[in-house]
Amino acid sequence: MISLRRITKRSEPYVLAAIILLSLLIQVRSGQFFSGNNLVDLARSLIVPALFSVGCMMVIVSGGIDVSFPAIASLAMYVTDKLLLASNYSGNVILAYAISAGLGLLMGALNGFLIGFLRLPTLVVTLGTSSLYTGLMFGAFSASASDVPPSIAKHGKEILFTATNPTMGLTSNMPSQILILIAVLILAFFLLRYTMLGRGIYAIGGDETAAERAGFNVRGIKMFLYCFVGVLAGITGIARISMMSYADPSTMLGMEMTVIAAVVLGGTRVTGGMGTLTGTILGVALMTILSNSLILIGIPTYWTRVFTGAVIIIGTGVTAHQTISTRRRRAQSQKAAA
Amino acid sequence: MTTTKTADSVRRGRSARDPNLLRLLVMLVFVFVLMTVLRPNQFATMADFNSMMRQFPEYGIMAIGISLTMITGGIDLGVVGTANLSAIVAAKFLIGTVPRGAAPAQVVPYLIIAVLLSLSVGLVCGAFAGMLISRFNIPAILATLGTQQLFTGIAIGITSGRPQSGLPLLYSRIGNMEFFRFVPISFVIFFVVAVGVGIMLSRTRFGTYMYMMGTNPRASRYAGLNNTSITLRTYMISGLLSSVAGLIMMARANSAKADYGAPYTLQCVLIAVLGGINPNGGFGTIGGVTMAILILQFLSSGLNMFNNISNFYRDVIWGGVLILVLVFNKLLSWREERRAVRKSMN
Repeated sequence: MISLRRITKRSEPYVLAAIILLSLLIQVRSGQFFSGNNLVDLARSLIVPALFSVGCMMVIVSGGIDVSFPAIASLAMYVTDKLLLASNYSGNVILAYAISAGLGLLMGALNGFLIGFLRLPTLVVTLGTSSLYTGLMFGAFSASASDVPPSIAKHGKEILFTATNPTMGLTSNMPSQILILIAVLILAFFLLRYTMLGRGIYAIGGDETAAERAGFNVRGIKMFLYCFVGVLAGITGIARISMMSYADPSTMLGMEMTVIAAVVLGGTRVTGGMGTLTGTILGVALMTILSNSLILIGIPTYWTRVFTGAVIIIGTGVTAHQTISTRRRRAQSQKAAA
Repeated sequence: MTTTKTADSVRRGRSARDPNLLRLLVMLVFVFVLMTVLRPNQFATMADFNSMMRQFPEYGIMAIGISLTMITGGIDLGVVGTANLSAIVAAKFLIGTVPRGAAPAQVVPYLIIAVLLSLSVGLVCGAFAGMLISRFNIPAILATLGTQQLFTGIAIGITSGRPQSGLPLLYSRIGNMEFFRFVPISFVIFFVVAVGVGIMLSRTRFGTYMYMMGTNPRASRYAGLNNTSITLRTYMISGLLSSVAGLIMMARANSAKADYGAPYTLQCVLIAVLGGINPNGGFGTIGGVTMAILILQFLSSGLNMFNNISNFYRDVIWGGVLILVLVFNKLLSWREERRAVRKSMN
């Protein structure tokens, strides 16, 4: 009984139920959902938002919000791409990831400094840096769609396996970038679960003053957090262009909305202090299925933004409602105990 | 303790001798002189003033809307979506109902209905955001990120993403009218809005309530204020102002489209912060915001006169200025705090 109540209080089961219902609906309407190639396609389009969502979730758990990660990812990957093209580099792709991650680290560090050390409001700061980075990309580097160096192109062709759909004759390849996602997820899981740093992120989000008094280095943790988001964004940028096999500077801009929606939908509490990786990935999966499959059930693509907006509002509304009702219940039980 | 803080901040928010206003004025004069020296034949000519007066009212009015929500401690990121949606509703109505080749006198009632329709869409959008924030306790940032997506999404959905053109000629004729062949009607509307909102903030009870709630929502609730109603009304005003901006944009472009003015959101937040509105709520005046609007307009008009500067550098400058202003204000408030501590120790 107690465990059942605990389950219904969390968001993950609802999101999972929504995913199952939606996939059954699509399966009934189109008969194509549970085909091997559709599932591989979904996994493929899930990689980039899922990579972003890990960092985004950690920031929201800490009580902040970051809208600059698509700009960081775009600028980092674009500069890396141009650098490698100019130097005719044809070696290992790891260098591309390293350079892009390094650039991401620098850009994230600026966010971290402004937010952690100067204690400026996170939304306004990241709106500002986002504009700064996209402006630099289009202004200083006059960015436009460009080729990718051979190492990245080769990396994009590495596939794990191919799924075929015998009835439609379609095939889909599982890209190797999914391994990066899995590695990042494992790393983030250990970081959040087994390190003091991870505990600190939750502590700051719960109550910053309390966390500081308890001895957490709040500035340092925030600095780390925004640097981590930057590094992750840099890596995501390279993963994206290797999968697309050309570097389009505007391909990731605007993704912040869907990623934030997915994270919030996955049960991350918007006021900070709560959130899980499982919920986040489920949220991303639901958003990906929604945007990939609305066409399959006959809803025109014009309406996808309405769905994103509605999902943000309903998702945040539900978590806000849960926060208040738990607070009320706790107050009542305290009263009863007294 | 709390009451003195509230009273102090209200007084400071209203004070005419606000040091921030002086700083803004210096900045305004500096930018103006700089541009006049660099581009004497183009900047600060009559034609230039006229074109500037045409450009800033649409985002200036939205910036005032955002500023109001920031004074109450929230933020409205949905202003551009509201503006476009309400303009599209008005445009759809006009295109769908006004008979072809109708005489101007016949068109007037349609125009009045269209304007009223658009303003009520703005009010409803604002009320929706205000309700999400005050009734459902969704943080303003996320609620309005959501409404921005939702309103833009609805606008794209009902137009299939196509611009709505073919408005009756009379609309753009009125919308682009100039008094004395110099003062555009949009500037007059901006002026009326700025003065009206300024009076509301400094002279009415509601204005004081907004500052009080922005300074400390819990204290204002315990003081007997109805926070829910204040929030709701603030976002409705912001929605209303957005739809006014939408009508101006529609007149200027002679059409309505779902994704007009996308960079205005950031620009409006920048104006509010530059104008001395504290993102945490409780501080700021419309005078400061107006000066920030002028500074930005001088900068962007001036930059336009340099052919070798790409438009994208404007993004860099907006972002950079926003962050620098934030840092500067922070350092200043730290210095004031230290000074206050020293004074209290003596």
